[in-house]
Amino acid sequence: MNTTKKIIMMLALAFGLASCGGDATQSSSSKKGAMASTNAAEAVYVAPGEHDEFYSFMSGGFSGQLSVYGLPSGRLLKVIPVFSVDGEKGYGFNEETKPLLETSYGFVPWDDAHHPELSQTDGVPDGRYIFINGNNTPRIARIDLTTFETAEIIEIPNSGGNHSSPFITENSEYVVAGTRFSVPIPQADVAISSYKDNFKGALSFVSIDPDHGHMEVAFQVLLPGFDYDLAHAGKGKSHGWMFFTSYNTEESHTLKEVNASQNDKDYIAAINWKKAEEYLAAGKGKDMPADFLINRYDEKTHMATSHKRNSVKVLLPEDCPGLIYYLPTPKSPHGVDVDPTGSYIVGNGKLNANLTVHSFDKMIKAIENESFAGNVEGIPVLNFEDVVEATVESGGLGPLHTEFDGKGNAYTTFFISSEVVKWSLETFQVLDRIPTYYSVGHLMIPGGDSKKPWGKYLVALNKITKDRYLPTGPELAHSAQLYDISGDKMKLLLDFPTIGEPHYAQAIHADVVKGNSKKIYSLEENEHPYVTKTEADSRVEREGNQVHIYMTAIRSHLAPDNIEGIQVGDEVYFHVTNLEQDWDVPHGLSVMGAQNAELLIMPGQTETLKWVPTKSGVFPFYCTDFCSALHQEMQGYIRVSPKGTNTPILSTVGE
Amino acid sequence: MKSSARWLTILAVGLLCMLFFYPLWRITLEAPQYPEGVTMYIWINQITGDSPGTLQNINILNHYVGMKYIEPDSIPELTYFPYIVAALGLFGLLAAFINKPKVYLFWAITFLTLAAAGIFDFYLWEYDYGHNLSDTAPIKVPGQAYQPPLIGSKMLLNFNAISYPATGGIAMGIGLFLSFVSYFISKRFSKKST
Repeated sequence: MNTTKKIIMMLALAFGLASCGGDATQSSSSKKGAMASTNAAEAVYVAPGEHDEFYSFMSGGFSGQLSVYGLPSGRLLKVIPVFSVDGEKGYGFNEETKPLLETSYGFVPWDDAHHPELSQTDGVPDGRYIFINGNNTPRIARIDLTTFETAEIIEIPNSGGNHSSPFITENSEYVVAGTRFSVPIPQADVAISSYKDNFKGALSFVSIDPDHGHMEVAFQVLLPGFDYDLAHAGKGKSHGWMFFTSYNTEESHTLKEVNASQNDKDYIAAINWKKAEEYLAAGKGKDMPADFLINRYDEKTHMATSHKRNSVKVLLPEDCPGLIYYLPTPKSPHGVDVDPTGSYIVGNGKLNANLTVHSFDKMIKAIENESFAGNVEGIPVLNFEDVVEATVESGGLGPLHTEFDGKGNAYTTFFISSEVVKWSLETFQVLDRIPTYYSVGHLMIPGGDSKKPWGKYLVALNKITKDRYLPTGPELAHSAQLYDISGDKMKLLLDFPTIGEPHYAQAIHADVVKGNSKKIYSLEENEHPYVTKTEADSRVEREGNQVHIYMTAIRSHLAPDNIEGIQVGDEVYFHVTNLEQDWDVPHGLSVMGAQNAELLIMPGQTETLKWVPTKSGVFPFYCTDFCSALHQEMQGYIRVSPKGTNTPILSTVGE
Repeated sequence: MKSSARWLTILAVGLLCMLFFYPLWRITLEAPQYPEGVTMYIWINQITGDSPGTLQNINILNHYVGMKYIEPDSIPELTYFPYIVAALGLFGLLAAFINKPKVYLFWAITFLTLAAAGIFDFYLWEYDYGHNLSDTAPIKVPGQAYQPPLIGSKMLLNFNAISYPATGGIAMGIGLFLSFVSYFISKRFSKKST
């Protein structure tokens, strides 16, 4: 990985030198971008107290989280913990959220989150959920956009490196999960050099329940052991198809930067998932043993629960003719992007200068004519010339991703030449280009991978930051750049740093989401097994060496706030219910010496902090969220006696 | 024209009975950190807010200055006011049936007396909540009382308290006015006819 980065940076350097050999002053002023564009500040200025026009959901990349930014201001609104524990919110530390991070490997406290994907209705983001993939230990998370909290995490079996995920179909029927690293299926202790014989690539279709959003692995398609990199669903006329890019069709297992870059063309795999449904209904799916977990958070009990699954339905291409075709696409295609009409499938060959645009109509025609160039392990390969609509002569190098403005234009990022190129879906000619700072990966136009983009802004999500901000030592925040794309020429408006790596992002008009955002949880509807709904019910109960503290929090005291009868080595559970029913009055709880994080409890919610005291004495606990004028008084003491003593249970407040 | 007093009275009874469906009074508290304001509605039989948690939220704010908790269960008026209103309504219908100036006058005066007594009672509760403060209140400001105005607005520490009749109260006021109009119409008509 490091070597790859080095090589790419060297290439970038080489091209940088070649392309901007102008005088130093010029290049430094042009680096400030079209900042000259006098009204840039005005365009991104959102006055104090005013709201942004768009919610932008940016992946935290290797932070494992999902961040929410307002556009056009670039203001950070929230970091939603998803795949990584977060002490700030007690996520993965409190008893309620721990199950969300459980996997078949046990508790995994981190992942690499790449692609946020909004749920869609009729091909348009509907603002109900946003999904994001965990790349390292293959998972998909669903975040509920009424609470902006992680509601579910499903583990993907038979997968390794869940990168081509979680791209969604136009009515949120499925999110997909293609494996970037093929692995032995089922997992087996085999020689790595037996890759070609033993390794397979699984593409998973994860169904989404239309009512409550619950995910299940509906089926998997087992394919040759390539690296399946990215995906996008067909839309409109191509609805019912899913397209995955692949590289390493060489099926190498070592030094892939060289060995996986040998074939002139790799494939885009076109999967007819409607056909897959027919094959499943006809009983062609094979049950394959697979251990994985689905973790669901219940908003009424305020708890997550892990559900075990033991098998998965698998479709094999040889049993299912017409299920899958390979479209030859030059130079290790990375992103595969489908235009708003569903007519064109853009393959971004990352080691190429040009872009390949396939035609869906031509693909269907070639399939009908059975005009095949051959097959790979029984999978028909179409003729490149039969399916290609156009090759865009970009003038850049290293295309990665393309999004659309809904006005007949496409925008493609070029990592190596560090720029965004705008081109026409009619003439396939380049219309405009603008530099990015530096080495852009994904780009995002609000709704830009849907049927109806809001084609006003474009955000470049950059991999390299260097000198863009005040230096902060060797490690720098990654950078995002906002461009105005409403006119003929793209204009740079704003630079802003992001958390982790802003790998990919999606954005949606604020009006679709903001009205559904919850302010509190109803205390009346709280079904947590350890809820305490009134202060009068607060108490301490001992069960063997477990002590359950039923605690309430309300401005500005905790009840009970004097607790005795705890012994060293007890398992002490603080079940704290926030009795508030007012907007933006969270309470926190922290306990001195607890090898744990704080709790951060929203109004009407119950959360549990587990503490195993290691020393006897009297220890303070307090509210951590500045809740009120008497927040500093919101504190209490818990007395821990040596093991075996018989200090009676005491649970009081105000006595 | 003899029937117009009768119809006006029935209308006045209808307006009075809106008290069963709409609140009598509203008190809004405004402060910078409450951009939407906190509004409490006083009905003849309950106290509500613009959200289910409003009353609790107001009580939390009030407890810092030592005000008593506003607990609808501890306000007996909320249990018997509906009967008084119902009785007053029946009386109105009876007056309309009898259709005599004296009865109309008696009804209108009863209406006025009860309405005035009700509002005075409301004032007394406001006075009690605003002045009867706990000695152990965390925030004590010498000389400061927290009685919201009956009508109008007043700054109570950081809160601007705004108090006005609500839909039911306004309807009741119009009903009260109509009850007197009925009397005068009835009286004029009976004079003419004699």
